[in-house]
Amino acid sequence: MAAGIRDKVAVIGMGCSKFGERWDCGPEELMVEAYLEAMADAGIEPTQLDAAWFSTHIDEIGTGKGGTPLSIALRLPNIAVTRVENFCASGSEAFRGAVYAVAAGAADIAIAVGVEKLKDTGYGGLPTGNMGTYIPQTAPNGSAPGNFAQLASAYRAKHHVSREDLKRAIAHVSVKSHANGSKNPKAHLRNVVTEEQVIAAPMIAEPLGLFDCCGVSDGAAAAIVTTPEIARALGKKDLVYVKALQLSVSNGMESQHNSWDGSYFHTARIAAKKAYLEAGIERPREQVSMIEVHDCFSVTELVTMEDLFISPEGQGWKDVMNGFYDADGQVPCQIDGGLKCFGHPIGASGLRMLYEMYLQLQGRAGDRQLSNPSIGLTHNLGGAPASNVCSVAIIGL
Amino acid sequence: MIGITAFGAYVPRLRLQKKAMAQTNAWLAPNLIGKAKGERAFGNWDEDAITFAVEAARDALGPQDDRSHIKALYFASTTAPFADRLNAGIVQAALTLEPTIQAADISGTQKAGVTALAQALCVASGAPDGANPSLLVAAGDRRVPKAVSAQEFDYGDGGAAMVVGRQNVLAEWLGGAASTVDFVDHFRGADEAFDYQWEERWIRDEGYMKIVPPVLKRALASAGLEAAAVDHFILPSTFKGIAEGIAKRMGLKPEAVTDNLGTIVGETGCAHALLMLAGVLEKAQAGQTILVAQFGQGCEALVFKVTDAISQFKPRTGLSGWLANRKEETSYMKYLVFNGLVEWDKGMRAEKDNKTALTTLYRYNDGILGLVGGKCQVTGTVQYPRTRISVAPNSPEVDTQEPYKFAERAAKVLTYSADYLTYSMNPPNHYGQIDFEGGGRIFMDIADVEPGEIDSGTEVRMAFRVKEWDDRRGFTRYFWKAVPVR
Repeated sequence: MAAGIRDKVAVIGMGCSKFGERWDCGPEELMVEAYLEAMADAGIEPTQLDAAWFSTHIDEIGTGKGGTPLSIALRLPNIAVTRVENFCASGSEAFRGAVYAVAAGAADIAIAVGVEKLKDTGYGGLPTGNMGTYIPQTAPNGSAPGNFAQLASAYRAKHHVSREDLKRAIAHVSVKSHANGSKNPKAHLRNVVTEEQVIAAPMIAEPLGLFDCCGVSDGAAAAIVTTPEIARALGKKDLVYVKALQLSVSNGMESQHNSWDGSYFHTARIAAKKAYLEAGIERPREQVSMIEVHDCFSVTELVTMEDLFISPEGQGWKDVMNGFYDADGQVPCQIDGGLKCFGHPIGASGLRMLYEMYLQLQGRAGDRQLSNPSIGLTHNLGGAPASNVCSVAIIGL
Repeated sequence: MIGITAFGAYVPRLRLQKKAMAQTNAWLAPNLIGKAKGERAFGNWDEDAITFAVEAARDALGPQDDRSHIKALYFASTTAPFADRLNAGIVQAALTLEPTIQAADISGTQKAGVTALAQALCVASGAPDGANPSLLVAAGDRRVPKAVSAQEFDYGDGGAAMVVGRQNVLAEWLGGAASTVDFVDHFRGADEAFDYQWEERWIRDEGYMKIVPPVLKRALASAGLEAAAVDHFILPSTFKGIAEGIAKRMGLKPEAVTDNLGTIVGETGCAHALLMLAGVLEKAQAGQTILVAQFGQGCEALVFKVTDAISQFKPRTGLSGWLANRKEETSYMKYLVFNGLVEWDKGMRAEKDNKTALTTLYRYNDGILGLVGGKCQVTGTVQYPRTRISVAPNSPEVDTQEPYKFAERAAKVLTYSADYLTYSMNPPNHYGQIDFEGGGRIFMDIADVEPGEIDSGTEVRMAFRVKEWDDRRGFTRYFWKAVPVR
């Protein structure tokens, strides 16, 4: 294995717009909001930026294609802008690009910006996507919740969990995230909900009810990265380092070969293993201070607790029920509310997760500040359980 | 000996209760209350004449998916989805029949089913000595009359299929006759949605009663059979007492008149004579004779004698099996929606453009229409779709896959969801990963399913269905779906 990215790059500035139904903003204004915060945080001028990575998923309703939307919105000084797209993990992809450019020495300071303007479709949920000319001729006319809901039937069958127990466990996932999100002024959904409310909510895609689904939000987030040496030269102290950046992508095994049982994310386990190795983490359950995972749906978060090797296989639902991942639990998960309540503007989400870890590591997370976290993990997934891209990033002091 | 060597039927699962139809519309059409007896079959939203014919053909052909013995295909329908695209070609592709066969659409009249069967028999009889051609006749109709019409009560949806050949003949072809008379009892203009129907009494007296008997006489004469010797007389008609009246006039035994399934299926258009024939053959005894006729701008009649081989053949499900596989439906609204008779609010998600890339459809034709995947000749890994590099973990063999058919294989649900968010004609939309016995996995829709009915492990079979309509361009897209085994 390559030497890896550990401690080669530091994050010196981050920004995040308020997420939500931003009827007042187009993607351009959202990008500017995140960018200005990140630049102020880093304390640098636009001319100090060498290169930019720009992530957005659905170009048909958002910014359009290419790198120009970012460059024009931010009036960047004609630097390189690379537009990246990797489903819902696009934000992590932009971060990867910027970090690698700095690590390679190709850029001294690079910026990653992710944005998604979802609320210009006229209806709830994610827009119906364009899947090319072949897939629509065979694949079901499904939705994101319908795709992820399938984890539930397989998880129940494999681990002999009753419908009722699983429904309660995933309800707890959402109750916890709403409690966390209520303390986050930038979150889309800030209401506190009860387990009864979650269980009684209208069904979206069996067994996922309304509260098992994350917010469909507008928003943008940005990260500015550089080398530790430049960071120190800029006067930065208590640097937040990139410890690991891993991405694992399905090769069709899950969807076409009988060896996958449908109850977990094959890619997440691979990315997590590699990330722990890269970051030098041997006992994640003890060593990771906090996690931001891709809780697009409650059941996704539940199985991810096992895929990240924090809960033993088949036991994740019990850890969830026991409050292990609550704000006052051993490994707080979605301390900012997660996709569930902070919201999920697709191209921004990976960067939003990092934003919260960065604030927590610097002790700047306000009402939701954890005590002395040192390692934060983000898990950013794109696609569907049977075919996806999975990013695991670790940052720390 | 030339005759029928296999037969099959298909009746869709939904059975609309005629009492519910009549009660819903009593305020508007109180005259229809008299028709409120029994039920009529109607297809799910994703079924049509082609899918009915495919199901019936599979019922006749059985689970063996080597169908290279079929040398020709005649598809009979008056409601085929395409006016110019060989509908039989879609049936051929779905059944994975050889591309070297002759295939034709036979249409334009309600007697097209028996005409197609007669055509197949003629072709078989013209084959050179020693040749053993098998010819497939598959018929299906989904007639959609105007809402709140008498025809709505009389019609039903379904399909039937017959294989014709020279070996293992179940019903020997003794003779037949035809006539062509431009008697317009009803018509449907080329671009019209609905039939226009003339008065019932005239159709009965000047049509059936005068046009059918001479043809039956000639058919029986060509078979050398006395009318009184006919054991089963099949003549579809939605008018009460027509078959009985003709039987009486002809000297056929009253008990020979075959029930027209009017209160359990409804008349399935040009497929109906063959559907009734499939029902008769399922119960027929060796030595019995059958006179089957169909009316429509003339008449076509065929005479058969059941052979000893009849005891050796069973269709896979058969008419009796499909009749038993039923779900009572009392929602007239569901019937209207499934048949496109009401403009309902489908929501913005339904605005998705379903344009089909014809290049892509052709490139993966056997995969999409035939559900043919691949089997790696090195590792034995079975997969869908067939690809140049094998999906087998750690064995990415290149160019080793041979075509492998999935449609007739047993399968189970691995994962599923019932999706209320996505656009569906019949929410919630069920779909999931389906695992096949012998290997292979396909992500597909699950059809004919009720909420709460399935879970991981539920056994399913494959059904050829409409995948989507492209209303903007008038194109129908087909694929396979999983249906719970009942």
